[in-house]
Amino acid sequence: MVHYQARLDATFAALADVTRRGVLEQLGSSDASITDLAQRFHMTLTGMKKHVGVLEQAGLVTTEKVGRVRTCKLGRGLLEEEAAWIEQHRQLWGARFDELDKLVEHLKRKEKADDRRNRS
Amino acid sequence: MTDATEANRTVVERKADRELVVTRTFDAPAHIVFEAWSTPELFKQWWVPKSAGMSLISCDMDIRTGGTYRLVFRHPAFDQPMAFFGTYREVAPNTRMVWTNEESEQGAVTTVTFEERAGKTLVTLHELYPTKEARDEAIVGSAEGLPEQFAQLDELLAG
Repeated sequence: MVHYQARLDATFAALADVTRRGVLEQLGSSDASITDLAQRFHMTLTGMKKHVGVLEQAGLVTTEKVGRVRTCKLGRGLLEEEAAWIEQHRQLWGARFDELDKLVEHLKRKEKADDRRNRS
Repeated sequence: MTDATEANRTVVERKADRELVVTRTFDAPAHIVFEAWSTPELFKQWWVPKSAGMSLISCDMDIRTGGTYRLVFRHPAFDQPMAFFGTYREVAPNTRMVWTNEESEQGAVTTVTFEERAGKTLVTLHELYPTKEARDEAIVGSAEGLPEQFAQLDELLAG
């Protein structure tokens, strides 16, 4: 719970800033280097690095350094987050209901056997 | 026949903002599925999947409208057992059960229905959370006994 809460907090903190939302929008149309982003948002390289760092921490952006250029792209989106959530619940309920299925099968056979015994 | 009524398939969906819906068809009449759900000795045999690595150390269920339940789990990685508890708001034998999860303010209200058709039973479990956030944070097991941390810890220990 604590872990998940921390991630949500990081996500909301990351999205609370207008520049960072702008960066996400920008990366939604194409990948960009930190230098590109700094220029586009009229910021210093250091300032943009900080913003990208916050987005990266929240898992909203991933970066990759090739040579001297660090390229930023959108990270695991909310849709993937949702898919992961569903999968976790599906695993739990799937495992639980598989066990219930076995038990129900057993009870059904037992009831049939009891019925036969009662009739004879 | 829709996916939801296909035997042996558990379907999980998020509905609206605050809901989780799980469906599964069992090849048995409703009274048998209900019996497995409402008899503590039987309930204990399936509610905690073996893969969860947890054990249900006590299971008190007073299954009637207005009755209460209390489930206590233990996981080898934790010193303290964890208790989950609430109230049965409605119990209609072989048809429907509604219960609350009161261990936290973010707990869901769970409704499960049993619909028998041609000897098979469609079970629909519906969890309604107080807020969207509560649902999204309801990691597997916060109310069900399989916290995400345990899965992560297991991975950690295995690695």
